[in-house]
Amino acid sequence: MAKKNPKISRALAKNIRRNFVERLIEIALMLSGLIAVLITFGIVFILVTESLPFFEAVSLKEFLTSTVWTPNFEKKNYGILPLVSGTLTITGIALIVAVPLGTITAVYLSEFASHKIRETIKPVLELLVGVPTVVFGYFALLLVTPILQKIYPDLPTFNMLGPGIVMGVMIVPYIASVAEDAMRAVPMSMREGAYAMGATRFQTAVSVVMPAATSGIVAAYILAVSRGIGETMIVAIAAGQQPNFTFNPVESAATITAYIVSVALGDLEHGGIGYQSIFAAGIVLFIMTLSLNILGQWTRKKFTERY
Amino acid sequence: MALLLNFVIVFVKKLNGNPRNKIIMARKEILKAESKNFNFHYADGTHALKDINIPLYEKKITALIGPSGCGKSTFLRSFNRMHDLYAGNKYDGEIILHPDDTNILDKKVDPIEVRMRISMVFQKPNPFPKSIYENVAYGLRVRGEHNKRLLDDKVEEALKGASLWNEVKDRLQDLAYNLSGGQQQRLCIARALATDPEIMLFDEPTSALDPIATVNIEELMSELKKKLTILIVTHNMQQAARISDYTAYMYLGEMIEFDETDIIFTKPSKKATEDYITGKFG
Repeated sequence: MAKKNPKISRALAKNIRRNFVERLIEIALMLSGLIAVLITFGIVFILVTESLPFFEAVSLKEFLTSTVWTPNFEKKNYGILPLVSGTLTITGIALIVAVPLGTITAVYLSEFASHKIRETIKPVLELLVGVPTVVFGYFALLLVTPILQKIYPDLPTFNMLGPGIVMGVMIVPYIASVAEDAMRAVPMSMREGAYAMGATRFQTAVSVVMPAATSGIVAAYILAVSRGIGETMIVAIAAGQQPNFTFNPVESAATITAYIVSVALGDLEHGGIGYQSIFAAGIVLFIMTLSLNILGQWTRKKFTERY
Repeated sequence: MALLLNFVIVFVKKLNGNPRNKIIMARKEILKAESKNFNFHYADGTHALKDINIPLYEKKITALIGPSGCGKSTFLRSFNRMHDLYAGNKYDGEIILHPDDTNILDKKVDPIEVRMRISMVFQKPNPFPKSIYENVAYGLRVRGEHNKRLLDDKVEEALKGASLWNEVKDRLQDLAYNLSGGQQQRLCIARALATDPEIMLFDEPTSALDPIATVNIEELMSELKKKLTILIVTHNMQQAARISDYTAYMYLGEMIEFDETDIIFTKPSKKATEDYITGKFG
């Protein structure tokens, strides 16, 4: 017969309570993690269900291949390509500005700047991140485009070049900050190895530190592309909201985001095919950023630092 | 004539056999470099090295031993101006490189030039994120060498010199990280060798390696000294005894004793050295 030991049973009871609390905490933590996942699935669900009526009216073939996007016209035409071309062109211009500038800034901050200079420049750079994008939009429209028009008089007031350049300036801190973190994470022993071989600071930075930080630098670029594709205000303000199938930066155009925001502002009646079209455009945007994320994961795996 | 030569050889051998004479002979070694009243202060004010005078003899291995924090690595790193990379470090005194009597600490002397003459192998293998080939060719590339044939030759020669050639000759384009720890360290030695340095510095080169890789590196160093002068920091006293010709015992930033390794390990003249060697301390 088992002898009852009150001492042990009390200790056990404590244990049960402790386990219960532990379990509760675990569930709470899991739930908060699940929220993000659920929201993502919710977004995908809404995007798909809301765009279904759209794709009943417009064939997928027309949507993906037609080069005219005229939801406001008498003769409605829904070809996503003009919006995609606008998005890609402006993002491309932004990257042409931001990738070299951001990378050089990162190299300077990580490899050349003294501690004091770095601690001064970094906060200023991060201040740039805090500027509302609407300010950047008017900056493009009222300052950058007029300057560009002095150089190139035929440039229309609404064009892709101005907002592209301004978007590039906006992205610079993102690239600089993430790439600098990646380069600073490269161990000092690696730099010492290069210096010991007689390499200069610049040679060390370019031929040893940057390759060692490849995954982080690529991650910075991908973050910048996502940021550019998703950017709305600058293009809505300064690129002119005219869907235009062109990759020519001196023409005006609309991006996917600019179209979505214009509809949301009430140009089209709620419930019609035109309105549903923003969900179809949203899916395209979602797929673009999702594939970038996957690309980012892949590069991170492929170029993982092994020092 | 032959008889006379023979006589001379016998006489020299006899001289060498006598330990006291051996010292005299040793002192006639060619001086490759020497530190004179070398002092070092870290940025935080620590006086890490006090009036260090240590000679390096040509084609000999000089070992620096002593407890952690005694300044031996600091001293070693002064030889290729590694300290210049960090702001606030101060040093004075001289490190003279012979035969041209260059004071490598002189501000007028380009540290990059110094590093081209004096190469270094670090404690932890630190290959670059490049192929095996590019790792070895790195020193030549930064010097602006682009001649493919010359690079090929130099890489092969250096890898052979670091006894790594047979293991990697079929996969020179592989990433260096695919090598084992011991192989990586030999790759770093090959990298340092490729530029034909006059002196090679080894900062505890085997402390991160297993015993077999350690033996390989030690054998390699004995082979290397046929061509160049070696200065090594080691925590492993047996290692210093096995491979070095001269040993300096350092303690708290001071050089306590410098002599031939045999003498340091059998009859050191200072009690502090003896205590450390015999394990009473440290």
